[in-house]
Parts: sequence; C-alpha cells; structure tokens
Amino acid sequence: MKELVIHHELIDEAVTAKLQAICPFGAFTVENGHLSVNAACKMCGLCVKKGPAGAVTLVEKSSAPSIDKSLWRGITVFADTTEGRIHPVTFELLGKARELAAVIGHPVYALLIGSGNKATAQELLHYGADEVFVYDNTIQGTFLIEPFTAAAADFINKVKPCALLVGGTNAGRSLAPRIAARFKTGLTADCTSLEIKPNTDLVQIRPAFGGNIMAKIITANNRPQLCTVRYKIFSAPTKQAEASGKITRMEIDSDKLQSRVKVLQTTPKEQGIDLTAADVIVVAGRGIKNKKDLTLVKELAGLMHAQFAGTRPLIEAGWVDPRQQIGLSGRTVSPKLIITVGISGSVQFVAGMKGSATIIAINNDKNAGIFNVAHFAVIGDLYEIVPGLIQKIRSGRESAA
Amino acid sequence: MKILVCIKQVPSTTTVEIDEVTGVLKRDSAESKMNPYDLFALETAFRIREEKGGTVTVLTMGPPQAKIALQEAVNMGADEACLLTDRKFAGADVVATSYTLAQGIKKLGAFDLLICGKQTTDGDTAQVGAEVAEFLNWPHAANVSHVESVTDEYINVSVNMELVIQQQQITLPCLITVEKDIYTPRLPSYKRKLQTINQPVQVMTLKDLTDQDENHYGLNGSPTQVEKIFPPIHTTEKQVMTGTSAELTDQLFELLTAMKMI
Repeated sequence: MKELVIHHELIDEAVTAKLQAICPFGAFTVENGHLSVNAACKMCGLCVKKGPAGAVTLVEKSSAPSIDKSLWRGITVFADTTEGRIHPVTFELLGKARELAAVIGHPVYALLIGSGNKATAQELLHYGADEVFVYDNTIQGTFLIEPFTAAAADFINKVKPCALLVGGTNAGRSLAPRIAARFKTGLTADCTSLEIKPNTDLVQIRPAFGGNIMAKIITANNRPQLCTVRYKIFSAPTKQAEASGKITRMEIDSDKLQSRVKVLQTTPKEQGIDLTAADVIVVAGRGIKNKKDLTLVKELAGLMHAQFAGTRPLIEAGWVDPRQQIGLSGRTVSPKLIITVGISGSVQFVAGMKGSATIIAINNDKNAGIFNVAHFAVIGDLYEIVPGLIQKIRSGRESAA
Repeated sequence: MKILVCIKQVPSTTTVEIDEVTGVLKRDSAESKMNPYDLFALETAFRIREEKGGTVTVLTMGPPQAKIALQEAVNMGADEACLLTDRKFAGADVVATSYTLAQGIKKLGAFDLLICGKQTTDGDTAQVGAEVAEFLNWPHAANVSHVESVTDEYINVSVNMELVIQQQQITLPCLITVEKDIYTPRLPSYKRKLQTINQPVQVMTLKDLTDQDENHYGLNGSPTQVEKIFPPIHTTEKQVMTGTSAELTDQLFELLTAMKMI
C-alpha cells in the first residue's frame, strides 16, 4: 500500500511553487498556508521524482501479499466468433500469443465459447493454438454477455491462464471488462504493442492521458492479465498445414448460463463503407477549414479509386460519417497507401494507421506530429497542392485518352 | 423510473506533451469540460424520463472541481447530482474506478437504469461501464445505438455489433452505454441555471461508502501500474518535400505515378 507524504518541514513558498508547476493535474492545493494533495492526484509520482529532494515521498505502508505467478500458465486468446465466423483479429492475437509464450516457455491456448463446432476449433489449431478449450454444451452461437462471462470465468478458475488476449471488437470490449471486474484484475484497452517479462508480467503499451504519450502498463500482482487489441494492429501468422494441438471440451452447469439479455432479432448492418479492406485511403483532418472543402479531398480520393476517410474532429463536427473515422476510436487501417491531408497526427490517429505500407502526409506545419510517422512529408498548403494534383491527374488522363 | 447517468470531467485539450529534457508532462491548460460522449447519455436519460416519468441523477468521481461538470448536467435537466471525491480515490485505474462508482451507486439507492457514454476522451478505454455493471451484478449492453421502448421490467434496445445490429430485450435494472449520435444533446438552459443555482451537489467520500477498506480504492485498489511513459517512437526513414506549391504538386504527382497509384 502506497501513500504520498508531504514533508512539511521542507515546504516553503518556493518549494510549493515548484511542486505546483511539476504536477500536471493541479493536485497541490494550499489551504490556510497548509500544502496538501487533493483528489485530482493521479499518483503519477512526478512530484517525488522531479520535485525538490525529499519534499514529497512515496511511502510503502504495508504490502499486499504477493501472488505465486508460477501457478498461472498459458497465453490465452479469446476466439471471437460472433456471427459464426472467426474474426481475423483472433488469428493476429494467436500469432502474438505464440511470440509471447515462446519467451516464457508457456503454451498457447484458445478459448472458444458458443459456436464451438469442430471445424472452428480445428481452424484455431492451424493458427498455432496448442490447446483449444471449447464451451458449447448449452450456449447458443449468439454473443450474450452473461453466459459468455460465466464460461470465461469457469475457464479461468479451472485452467488458470497467465494472460487473456481479447480482440477489440464490440463483443470483446464488452466481455473483457466484465471478466476483469469479476476477478478484480487489470485490463488494458487498445494495446498497440505487447511484450513479456521473464517473470510473466505482460508489458502492455498504449497511448495514454489522451495525448501524445505512450504508457507501459503492467499488472504486477494480479492474474490473469487481460488486454484488448484492435483488429489489424498485429499481423496474422500464416496458416499451418498441420495442426498439432488438441481440443478440450469444457463442461459448465447450465444454471450458470442464465441471461437477463434476450436477443429478439439480428439484422445485418448496411454495408458500403469498409475502410479496413481499402488498399488506398485519402484522409482529411482539421486542416480542412470548411465542410464544403471536403469535396477537394473526396475528389482526389475518387480519382485515385481510394476510400475517403476523416479524423475524429471532423466526425465530431458532423462533417464526416462516423464509419469513415480512422483512429483508435474509429477504424484501424493498414492500406498500401494512405495520404493524410491537413492532419496534425494525434497519437490516437497515428495508432489507427501507422501500419500503412506507405504514408504520404500533406501539412503546412513542418513540426506536425504526423511527419514523425510519414514516409513522405509534404510540407505545404493543401489548398494549393490538392487542387494542383487533381488538375494534373485529370489532364494526364485526358491527354492519354 | 429512477435513472442514473455516470459522467466524467475531462481535460479540454488532448495535446499533452512530455518535456524532453525533464521528462515531465506538459499540460497546455488546466481547463476542463464534460466528456462529450456523456452528453448523449444524458440526453437518452432525459428522453426516457420525459416518456416514463421519474428522475435523473448524475454521478461522477473526481477532484472537487468536477462539481462544475455536475452543475452543467443539472443545468441541462438532471434532478440530482453526486460527487464521489477523496484523496484515497487518487490514481484509480479502470477496476478501482468502477468499484468506487459501484459502491457509490449502491449507497445512492435503487436505480432502474444506468446510462453511460460510449467512452471518455481522456482515458479512451470504454471499459468502465461494463465493469460497473459487473460490480453491481447487473446485465449490460454496450454500443447501444437506439432505445426502442422502456417498460417497468425491460428496456428494448438496438446494439451495434459491428457486422450486425442486435435487438435486445434487457431485464431492469441494467446498464447501457450509448453510441455518439443516439440523440442530439440539448444545451444547458440559462433559465434552469438560475433555478438550480442554489441546488447543492451531494458529496460522498470514502467514509460514506459501505466498503471503507483503503486497499480497494485509488492506486492501492488498482491492479494495473503505469511503469513508464514515453513519447511515441518515430519512423526514421522519411523523405521531406519542400518548395513552392507548384513544385510540391509536381513531386507528388511523380511519386504517385511511380507508385502506380494514378
């Protein structure tokens, strides 16, 4: 148990000012000449590390009993099979699980709940699972939060896996937090990178504080470790011709599978915009000043047979359909080519497109963050370059015709 | 119908940088606002109240300043507001935050329906809603795109499951997190602001909760630890193009032609 302690004998006005300047959350307040830390504190420890020596310290009061990590074995992937087919994020996670498991000498497991027909389980073995645990005795194929959580909890209690990797689909992002709360264990959402320590602590890297910062997050004293990863963040492994693992059927009492949610009807969503499958994407950002100026970017996309997309500010302004959003809260894409037009490059946006094979960025600010990931940095005015390019493409085609 | 909406105060700016020399977080401004996704949760609650009658309570966990966000919700139409604040709650991750909220909710009384926004703009995890539901042992639905009907026993909703839309009937009490654009949020009313100017915000601290074990809250109750923060890693091989707009257009045209993209 940790607590921040202010050593008042070392506090004067200068020290107070320094501490207030260091704290990014404004948690140091002075009341009646007495310096204290309020609830805005995020326990980031910067005041301890960067503040005047000894003024604030982090005191360990009594430590929680530590768990025996060697009892928790196996990197598990939740097999996302909503609507009968395995979501490809499952294969990507199996590939990553294989890498992580190799470091610590653990097996790779897959957890298949619901539509657990033999072919589906077999498919998971072909993508590198050593053992597939199947719960299908009474659960129907449809994703229902309570029975799925119950089955996952049963699996965790019986198998005691070291970590559970869950695809960042709508189903996965609903299921993972319920499991985490049930076991009061850590869950890290939308990881963009995963590593593992020899002591089996999963090192989860994700953007944090809503800004241009990455955080390394660990779950040091709880098991299992849970994280979600969006589709197309990792690469899928190639399918093995031979599957060597085994399939294990799991039994669970049917009274644990009650559901207070009833699915009355399932209707396919209207398709049309599928950014994740696009080879070429032209994406507009806040550098676009008016809604009508978007036609420029759309025209360029049309000429290149590319998909048009936007960043979060444009979606929030209502200028662009939410289905066309690229970024952590929108779609993650990895096309052959992406052209960003007037985009500064927030960490959330970059996380959603940094897997693109070629990134061309057009921005008039040479310090824009997007240029840190761009392969081609075009520093100039989009309002001159984009129309110029459109004209050149048009006239090129006309002379060829 | 007793409805509860969980909201959060978030920084107005999302541009946080690390000072490369000192490694200290730089925040451009200390200004805060209500998490924009929470406006849709509030609007959903107001519409259900208009149809079914009842009350809308807003709850947040945060520093004392978070009262401002609660006040804004009251100005929009919330009947009651409650702030969970304690230094012991500091440094809470998703589990500790959800547990604290669930403790507060149990103390506030029996609700029929709990509504949350899809996610926050600062944490971006979209996990707190589902974890609160688990701690309350209530069913939940995330990504609700439409509320069809509400009875005393059930709520019927459309749930966005990416490839399909599920029509779900959920037994009350339950928790839903709503998609952006489920309804157009109303603006805070100046008239209401004047009417509610003296309305107190209920404040709860650790001492007001049933479970008062400090180990379950804040940093101590958080299984996850931030081991390190660092600036994003950058691509090193890059070609920078500069010049007049005409030159840049030519270079870009040549590049795209060479890539067989046009």
